[in-house]
Amino acid sequence: MDLLNHLALGFSVALTPINLLYCFIGSLLGTLIGVLPGIGPVATIAMLLPTTYALQPVSALIMLAGIYYGAQYGGSTTSILLNMPGETSSAVTCLDGHQMALQGQAGAALAIAALGSFFAGCVSTVFVATVAIPLSELALKFGPAEYFSLMVLGLIGAVVLAHGSLLKAIAMIILGLLLGIVGTDVNSGAARFAFGIPELTDGLGVVSVAMGLFGFAEIVTNLESVEKRELVTAKVKGLWLTMDQFRQAWPAVLRGTGLGSFLGLLPGGGAMLASFGSYALEKKLAKDPSRFGKGAIQGVAGPESANNAGAQTSFIPLLTLGIPENAVMALMVGAMTIHNIQPGPQVMTSNPSLFWGLVTSMWLGNLMLVVLNLPLIGIWIKLLTVPYRVLYPAILLFCAIGVYTISNASFDVSQTAAFGFLGVLFYKLECEPAPLLLGFVLGPMMEENLRRAMLLSRGDPSVFVTRPLSLVMLLMAVALVLLIAVPNLRKTREEAFAEES
Amino acid sequence: MGLIRHPKDFFAGLLFIAFGVGALVVGANYTLGTAARMGPGYFPRILGILLIVLGAVLSLRAMRLQGSPVSAFKWKPTVVVLGSVVVFGLIVEHLGLALSTVVLIVGASSASPEFRWKEALVSGIFFAALAIGVFVMGLKLQLPIWPVFLFAQ
Repeated sequence: MDLLNHLALGFSVALTPINLLYCFIGSLLGTLIGVLPGIGPVATIAMLLPTTYALQPVSALIMLAGIYYGAQYGGSTTSILLNMPGETSSAVTCLDGHQMALQGQAGAALAIAALGSFFAGCVSTVFVATVAIPLSELALKFGPAEYFSLMVLGLIGAVVLAHGSLLKAIAMIILGLLLGIVGTDVNSGAARFAFGIPELTDGLGVVSVAMGLFGFAEIVTNLESVEKRELVTAKVKGLWLTMDQFRQAWPAVLRGTGLGSFLGLLPGGGAMLASFGSYALEKKLAKDPSRFGKGAIQGVAGPESANNAGAQTSFIPLLTLGIPENAVMALMVGAMTIHNIQPGPQVMTSNPSLFWGLVTSMWLGNLMLVVLNLPLIGIWIKLLTVPYRVLYPAILLFCAIGVYTISNASFDVSQTAAFGFLGVLFYKLECEPAPLLLGFVLGPMMEENLRRAMLLSRGDPSVFVTRPLSLVMLLMAVALVLLIAVPNLRKTREEAFAEES
Repeated sequence: MGLIRHPKDFFAGLLFIAFGVGALVVGANYTLGTAARMGPGYFPRILGILLIVLGAVLSLRAMRLQGSPVSAFKWKPTVVVLGSVVVFGLIVEHLGLALSTVVLIVGASSASPEFRWKEALVSGIFFAALAIGVFVMGLKLQLPIWPVFLFAQ
């Protein structure tokens, strides 16, 4: 019955007119920006984060969650109609979704994406509410040594489950940690890596880092490659499914929801892993796998449900342990810190209305997306007909205004541009920026816990392996790295991500 | 280039080494402290050393692994796009949102191979009006609309 009480408390917060309004604005803005080609959820959230600064913390987080789901859903729309994923998690939706659109089934593809996501959202909201309490109770038993090891495990897990070179990803994490500690050291008050620049003593801004690496770098690299877009608009009519399509799709929705909810919990998991996993699963289970890639509705229904479920359950490690598991959650940490909320197990007990309000608003946000997207699809399509050469300067403008108004400082804008340049370099050298962002937000926390653990053990580093929980987590991290080194498993990992290219 | 078979890894390695060396050099005079009482220099030094090691492994490995070359760095879009954003940040508090927006939109547009003056100008004026409507009038952000010096007391 506790569950019902908590959900009731949550709804009493989320259903206040003002929070409903912010949830609505968030979903709307998120979809609006997310629909734009080449803008994924990280860039969308970074761009819209400044608009939430003036709000109450609860409203701000509810709005941000709305932005996240909106961006996710907007990305699916772009994938289906334009064959241009805004982010990796909707890349698989392109495969069959766009084929369906080409065959005049765009309406059905959009409808199943919306309904599948909504169903997944309902299930995973309950899942979040059930798992959150035991996990945060466990987390309250953690000392600094456990926390440090947990962060190591989280960071390693994040790169093992992501694609690309493991070595590079680990180096990117370390670089992120290093960038994270720029600014005044909380213990000694010494300014580190500030180069005498007063703005840098407050540290680098998470918005600048994320927007530069994900937003600006994306725009620059998009401009380098000549775009080839095939927009399917004329054929979008009848946003509904036939009985037959519904029969084919619902088992995929169920499986996608289950798989996605689980994969979303893992470090490095979340939306992207969930959608790739679900696509592979559906293809394997299908009676006729050759239909995949040619407009199979299961290929849209499964991944779309899975990525939404994963997007939602990836909040669990953040809300209960305080550990972000992917780039989007890293930005949420940044957002919470700005509102003076230290993410972690104490949020649930010290600020229950915020916690449960956020959980229930996840469900409301999903409901709004269905209500919003199906009728408004015409507007999103109109937006997609605007050529990229007109869109990208406008995106830059809103980013620039957003960063500038954080503290009315031109320094922040230049700093973002600098990270944009670094992002282009990383893109050229095939270094994924997501691990860097994770390291960046965890940097100060990791240093603090390392310090405390070593202080308590009087400088004896064996504390990390003598405390059982800490040892288990470190062993798991080592096991993950070793797994990747085993040739057989490496092959599976490469195959799992091969769908993308 | 015969020795470097995987240029992307090789240069990525160099980049990490550079950051690592930078961390050690800049952080050289931060108090190190002891393992039990870490000073501000302790953690960055660990990270710097790790970066150098990882970067070196990457670069050395690049002489054995095979990889595709790094695609040519095109300066124009990078400099024009990022440059116009920097310029916007520098001028907005002096010239106001209206003019700065036009400068940013037209400037950034010129990076596109399909750049058209007229279109960029029209879109600049449109987005200037939109930005003023949304940010100054709607969200009440503290941004001047017109050049400040024209309206100084």
